[in-house]
Amino acid sequence: MTPVSSKLYADDVSLLMVLIDTNPFFWNSAQSTLPFSKFLTHVLAFLNSILLLNQMNQVVVIAAGYNSCGYIFDSSDPQNQNKRAEDLLHKLEEFVDNDQELCREESVDGPGFSLLSGSLSMALCYIQRVFRTVPLHPQPRILCLHGSPDGPGQYVAIMNSIFSAQRSMVPIDSCVLGAQHSAFLQQASYITGGVYLKPQIFDGLFQYLSTVFATDLHSRCFLQLPKPAGVDFRASCFCHKNTIDMGYICSVCLSIFCKHQKKCSTCGSVFGQAQTQNSSTTPDRKMKMPVDG
Amino acid sequence: MSDKHVIKRAKYKSSTKDPGVPGVLKLSIERFIFMPNDQKSGVKLNVEFKIVKGHKFTKEGSKQALLNLTQEQGGNYIFEFDSFTDRDVCREFVARAIAFYTEGGKAVPERTAPPVTNEQLSSIETECRIKLLQENSELQTLHKQFVFGGILTDDEFWATRKKLLDQNDSRRPKQRLALKNEMWSVKPLSDGQSNRVTFNLTPELIHQIFAEKPAVRQAYLKFVPHKMTDMEFWTKYSRAQYLHSTRNVVAAAAEAAEDEELAVFLKRDDMLANEARRKIRRVDPTVDIEADEGDDYTHLPDHGLVRDEAKDVLDSQYEPYRRSFSQDLNQHSAVVLQGRVVDVGLSDPRGVAEALTRKKQAELSDDKLNTNFEKELSNRISRSAELEDLRGPRDPAVAPLSIKDPKDYFDSQQANALKALGDTGSAAKPLISSASAGQAYDSLRNVIIDINEMGLTEPIMNQEVSLKVLNGLTQSISSTKFHLGNSSNDSILDMLPKVTKEELLHHWTSVQELLKHFWSSYPLTTKYLYNKVTRLKDAMSQVYPKLQEIKESVQSDFRHQVSLLVHPMLQALDAAFAHYDADVQRRSAKSGEKRNGFM
Ligand SMILES: [Zn+2]
Ligand SMILES: [Zn+2]
Repeated sequence: MTPVSSKLYADDVSLLMVLIDTNPFFWNSAQSTLPFSKFLTHVLAFLNSILLLNQMNQVVVIAAGYNSCGYIFDSSDPQNQNKRAEDLLHKLEEFVDNDQELCREESVDGPGFSLLSGSLSMALCYIQRVFRTVPLHPQPRILCLHGSPDGPGQYVAIMNSIFSAQRSMVPIDSCVLGAQHSAFLQQASYITGGVYLKPQIFDGLFQYLSTVFATDLHSRCFLQLPKPAGVDFRASCFCHKNTIDMGYICSVCLSIFCKHQKKCSTCGSVFGQAQTQNSSTTPDRKMKMPVDG
Repeated sequence: MSDKHVIKRAKYKSSTKDPGVPGVLKLSIERFIFMPNDQKSGVKLNVEFKIVKGHKFTKEGSKQALLNLTQEQGGNYIFEFDSFTDRDVCREFVARAIAFYTEGGKAVPERTAPPVTNEQLSSIETECRIKLLQENSELQTLHKQFVFGGILTDDEFWATRKKLLDQNDSRRPKQRLALKNEMWSVKPLSDGQSNRVTFNLTPELIHQIFAEKPAVRQAYLKFVPHKMTDMEFWTKYSRAQYLHSTRNVVAAAAEAAEDEELAVFLKRDDMLANEARRKIRRVDPTVDIEADEGDDYTHLPDHGLVRDEAKDVLDSQYEPYRRSFSQDLNQHSAVVLQGRVVDVGLSDPRGVAEALTRKKQAELSDDKLNTNFEKELSNRISRSAELEDLRGPRDPAVAPLSIKDPKDYFDSQQANALKALGDTGSAAKPLISSASAGQAYDSLRNVIIDINEMGLTEPIMNQEVSLKVLNGLTQSISSTKFHLGNSSNDSILDMLPKVTKEELLHHWTSVQELLKHFWSSYPLTTKYLYNKVTRLKDAMSQVYPKLQEIKESVQSDFRHQVSLLVHPMLQALDAAFAHYDADVQRRSAKSGEKRNGFM
């Protein structure tokens, strides 16, 4: 594989990776606010408009299901040239079938989680492949159309994906469709320099998509896009869930505690006694400052 | 050796404005010689470094690459070089040469200097510090503020920047000086008339002998001055060397039988033999030694060496008196390469001998502690000589990270993140409704099939909704646009006037510097630390009014932002003061207790 050494970007050609949430339990719970049919209609129109903006633009769609993830559309595929929407819908149907086959649960309480971490990883892998095969890179970005609540179990994987995106300078845009904000996507967009938006009027989803998320990276230099009101990166301790400014951090797994512990409750590492005779000096307590936007 | 001479093209100038005489400058450790290209020109120089007192040079990047050698009795020699690299090579050589004469030549008077309390800085280290200050204006400001301001001493300031100094140090080619490569052999200066044989021993040579021959070193420590004088000792040693040089093993054995002290010098050095065995055990057998042309000296008679072993077979009683030249040679090379390892004045042979002995003992004890080394060695052997198909998989060198529940990480951050977005959390809690998997999947699938069959609904969106969205977006964007500090890309600092920004940043760094020194001084075990903390405390208390001044100096729109930036500085200073006060209280309480106890 050729290393990604010198990147030559074509400034007005975009590679848009769209991650769509296909967690059936979320869509089932969102029927009254945003039916899946409306979502699909708006997204399909949006994808078409991206391809119309520049004939070199490339759109890849990845479905993030309840049990699996999969590529369901790639505009660079020569077979997709005439019947884009049909093909996407066909693949999506197949994907839903597969995802259902993998499903072990009879029923699920609440909206459940979708595999955001997996779909992010797939998007990043695809971008890396493009970086390594095409001499003149399109400008890549990832758009998460996400509704399911954050899956706490995916924390490590998602943070890894976010940092990897940051390293390869791929912005992650987030359009949150659920009832709640997503802390994951908020961090993802903040860290990678993407746009985080939670639409207020779902009937106008297409308008949000085309106004905010259709802008290519080059145009973003001149445009004013929605900005978050600042991110509070303060953490709460693992032991009591209290927000703390200063605390003890496990040097192995980075768990945070408000008091000195003998043993890390997360990874089991045994800590030595703090090297202080004087209780008022606590050098290993780290200050964590709230970051103001 | 490559650095015995340096020859560079240079121009000799009587003054900096003089165009100069082009020629060649040749430097050796004793002297520098300048030969003009034009032989008819009268400027020829041949000056000993002994009389050169110092050297100056122009900064890299200035117009000319100059080197100015100043003479002891005034007067100087200025050379201009083609490039700064040439100049730097010469500069370093000259620095070494001057150091050689000032250190080596004046070793005795220097030793009478008072003991080093105020660590004397080598010129190289000073140079290094100056260079760092020149390169880093922030450092320079801090240095000026605290060192010249009397708050920190120069040493205190640099003590916290050892890394910086080391880094800078490693950039310049700095070499350890090896010992002289010449092997001391007895070249008797016989006058040809009497039987007197004269040897010439210098302190440098004694150092070398001590380093190479531990038995001699030991004997020196044992015999001198109780049993014999320094002079007698070396006479005996020279006698032994002379006997060796005659290669008369039998005669050596005979003399040794009569004189037990002499025997020490004549017998094989047991300490050396032990050390050799120890070293052999530790040789890494996996080292790949490649043969090269240099190995091909076998065609030379006696390997081209004059001193050669007696090949005659001798009785076993003479065995201890035989010495192999190759052993001597190896030991000599090892010592030469090791260089001068002890830091004692060479004029004191006893000091040198003791220092070397201490050093060896330290090495030995290090080795004993380091028994792992042999284990590691055997591991290495098994690794490099491994038969892959006969081995099981090697254990990974790392323990896998076992995280019981990654949810904790999530919980630890989510609450605050959502709060910042204005999510109240409980209000927007989704309905907990159970859904059957089959139903959920079916409805999803039906939607897809429907769209595929019926096509998209048209229009996808009505225009009123569209306008509402657009207006909503415009409004929220324009409301955040002028809301300070909300963009992830521009910081508040960039919006402040340049002067204020720089002042704030400067206060940050100086507060950090003060705090770093403050906290590292605790616990206050010595009077010195106590004084240092007092100095620091005074300096810190002066920061408060300055910060207040900044706050007041900015326009009212920025005042809030500036106070947000200043706040953490104040907090950090407050914490330091709180600690200081608590410590003072604790101390006075303690001393009070003592007084009570005594009464
Ligand atoms: Zn806690
Ligand atoms: Zn841990």
